Amino acid sequence: MSTTSSAGRPAPASATAVGPAPGAGPAPATATTPTDSAAQAGLGVETTARTMAEAAAEPATGITGAQSLVRSLEAVGVEVVFGIPGGAILPAYDPLFDSALRHVLVRHEQGAGHAAQGYAQATGRVGVCMATSGPGATNLVTPLADAYMDSVPVVAITGQVPTAAIGTDAFQEADIRGITMPITKHNFLVTDARDIPQRIAEAFHLACTGRPGPVLVDIPKDVLQATTDFDWPPRIDLPGYKPTTRPHGKQVREAAALIAGAARPVLYVGGGVLKAGATEELAALAELTGAPVVTTLMARGAFPDSHPQNLGMPGMHGNVTAVTALQKADLLVALGARFDDRVTGQLSSFAPHAAIVHADIDPAEIGKNRRADVPIVGDAKATIAELVSALQAEHAAGRAPELTSWWAQLEQWRAKYPLGYDWPEDGALSPQYVIERLGAIAGPDAIYASGVGQHQMWAAQFISYEKPGSWLNSGGLGTMGYAVPAAMGAKYGCPDTTVWAIDGDGCFQMTNQELATCAIEGIPIKVAVINNGNLGMVRQWQTLFYEGRYSNTRLNTHTGDGSVKQVRIPDFVTLAEALGCVGLRCESKDDVDAVIEKAMAINDAPVVIDFIVGSDAQVWPMVAAGASNDDILAARDVRPVFGEGQV
Amino acid sequence: MTRHTLSVLVENKSGVLARVSALFSRRGYNIESLAVGPTENPDLSRMTIVADAEAQPLEQITKQLNKLIEVIKIVELDTAAVQRELLLVKVRAPLADRHQVLQTAELFRARVIDVNTDTVTLEATGTPDKLQALLAVLAPLGIKEMAQSGTVALGRGPRSMSGAGTLRPVERTA
Repeated sequence: MSTTSSAGRPAPASATAVGPAPGAGPAPATATTPTDSAAQAGLGVETTARTMAEAAAEPATGITGAQSLVRSLEAVGVEVVFGIPGGAILPAYDPLFDSALRHVLVRHEQGAGHAAQGYAQATGRVGVCMATSGPGATNLVTPLADAYMDSVPVVAITGQVPTAAIGTDAFQEADIRGITMPITKHNFLVTDARDIPQRIAEAFHLACTGRPGPVLVDIPKDVLQATTDFDWPPRIDLPGYKPTTRPHGKQVREAAALIAGAARPVLYVGGGVLKAGATEELAALAELTGAPVVTTLMARGAFPDSHPQNLGMPGMHGNVTAVTALQKADLLVALGARFDDRVTGQLSSFAPHAAIVHADIDPAEIGKNRRADVPIVGDAKATIAELVSALQAEHAAGRAPELTSWWAQLEQWRAKYPLGYDWPEDGALSPQYVIERLGAIAGPDAIYASGVGQHQMWAAQFISYEKPGSWLNSGGLGTMGYAVPAAMGAKYGCPDTTVWAIDGDGCFQMTNQELATCAIEGIPIKVAVINNGNLGMVRQWQTLFYEGRYSNTRLNTHTGDGSVKQVRIPDFVTLAEALGCVGLRCESKDDVDAVIEKAMAINDAPVVIDFIVGSDAQVWPMVAAGASNDDILAARDVRPVFGEGQV
Repeated sequence: MTRHTLSVLVENKSGVLARVSALFSRRGYNIESLAVGPTENPDLSRMTIVADAEAQPLEQITKQLNKLIEVIKIVELDTAAVQRELLLVKVRAPLADRHQVLQTAELFRARVIDVNTDTVTLEATGTPDKLQALLAVLAPLGIKEMAQSGTVALGRGPRSMSGAGTLRPVERTA
């Protein structure tokens, strides 16, 4: 575990690899040295951040709660806070003014939350956002729920009305602790300024250890204004929090025995592998077993797409081979995955022949949806490493799986049902082609952040992810509007990396105001708006399941969608320019490469490309909601034939 | 459905009850009764939760409860555990019926805690079954008002949930 060794601001790949290493080693519940507590918080300790952290860790007396808060954030190693000030949090912004901590002034608190997520997912450090009480805090609800679903380490600091006013329906009062209880890993209301360092240290510790997640710290205004003393490091006192990180040896050996004896195994890899920085271990396991690998939407990049053993993404819009491999497998080795309904389809018919090895840091995930034959609770990095050792012992004893006929079958499916798309019949630009070219030109070193919908699925399907941390999206909650602010956070954390937001015209209209932030703060992200003039995924469902009755899905953001009014509202090119970005437009296949290359060449300002694409392109393959994975359609009305007798 | 009694040690902090009850409602688990009170350790409270669940959801309930940061330890008490509820019941007791009320109270070892010309208020403790039986006998006489606590329970024998010789917690690991 190397949270203390990520010197400098590393490229995303290595940053994620050395990431927070959630739960790597039990957390000491007692006092620690300053560097240790920064390490606990899973922050990349840069030279500057360390200097700042060390300076901040000096004790102080007679300071305000607000100063104590800023000192605590510095001491825990925070580099940047995304936020907006307001009445109740105002005292905190005064010492922030003098701090070496950078504050990025966003335009909406939702942007602050998603930026903190994007920063965390790209760098592996804890993302931090800040907002005032009431509406400021409630605007953080969506990103916190998003971070909770996708296990992203985020700390949110919110101002609260003064202690005496709590419960009186005071101006800008909201019970944000109550509101966020079900969507945070934990939350605190600080009632005494002396507790601020401890609560901050605990919040960071909780956010990035065990199963990572968001933690909210709510601080009333009078607590920020009170006079207090500051002492670092504080005692972390969480007697009920002891994540299991080391897997049980017996369980690991049982899993290895199952793998060694399997005829049709599949490694079912989820986002936990990325969170744990376990991609090298995964590669070793894959090579050792020779088993096929599927990477879920949250795990794209955990195993190189170019690797011959990678079958791609499973699930509702996964490719036929990945989905069918799960259905026909006799053993699933689930690593940091949670048997989400979008992966399993109809649960009762999911992977009906498979024994299940389920490894996860969160015991509550094991057996939640699918009974596990061999449950393993532990950090993915440690678990996979021990699985490799145990499997080597099996091989040494002459027990190794024979997968030739399994691979013959898989290759047959792979050849017969590759991912693909048709060009729109009306000659419009194909959105899949745009995304495919973007991936090819920007390459595997770039970071891609997507919104939610058709463009998200195409970006997951048609870009080849080779490195951890190169794919950011809202997987669990499905938050439209995630892309632009998440890309901003990622770019802030990885300034030397090209960061593309791939967004839809619907999503883009939810959070594009953060482009103003990007322009002013010098965060030159690139945005590809896949503009089909519609809420595309909803429209696809209306086409398939509602007889083409397009109720309230037309957005009129481009002229070619057959609408009565030939309008472009808004015009994304002039909108981009109004927000201080370069605005480009592309409407034909011949211009796609040139416009992407033009955007790639602009590094001193954010760039938005308005790709005008056909409205009727659809995401395939597809398992209809609630249907069995066995009923996957490779394309509309195209049901694959798998040759039942062969497996 | 099977009845399960969970004894849950939690940190004695504000908001813990809200967290636990919110967890039950959010995940769609049914609570039959829930009682919270202090323990021998001022830093800890004990929640006694009686829930109806099949084995699989119960495992999820305990795992989700264990994920709450302020939950220290969970033990599922077996049927042999001491389980008690407290009942206060105000019964119509005009002079003509009063003897019958008092006799019933004596049979169930209930205590008279208030009396006036029209009613008698009884205090009874016992298992939920015993209190049900008492109420069934009193019902024909006319129950004016009643208040009943949730179940509180302790395992039998010398062991306790905290300290030496502790009861085995519900597994954190699967």
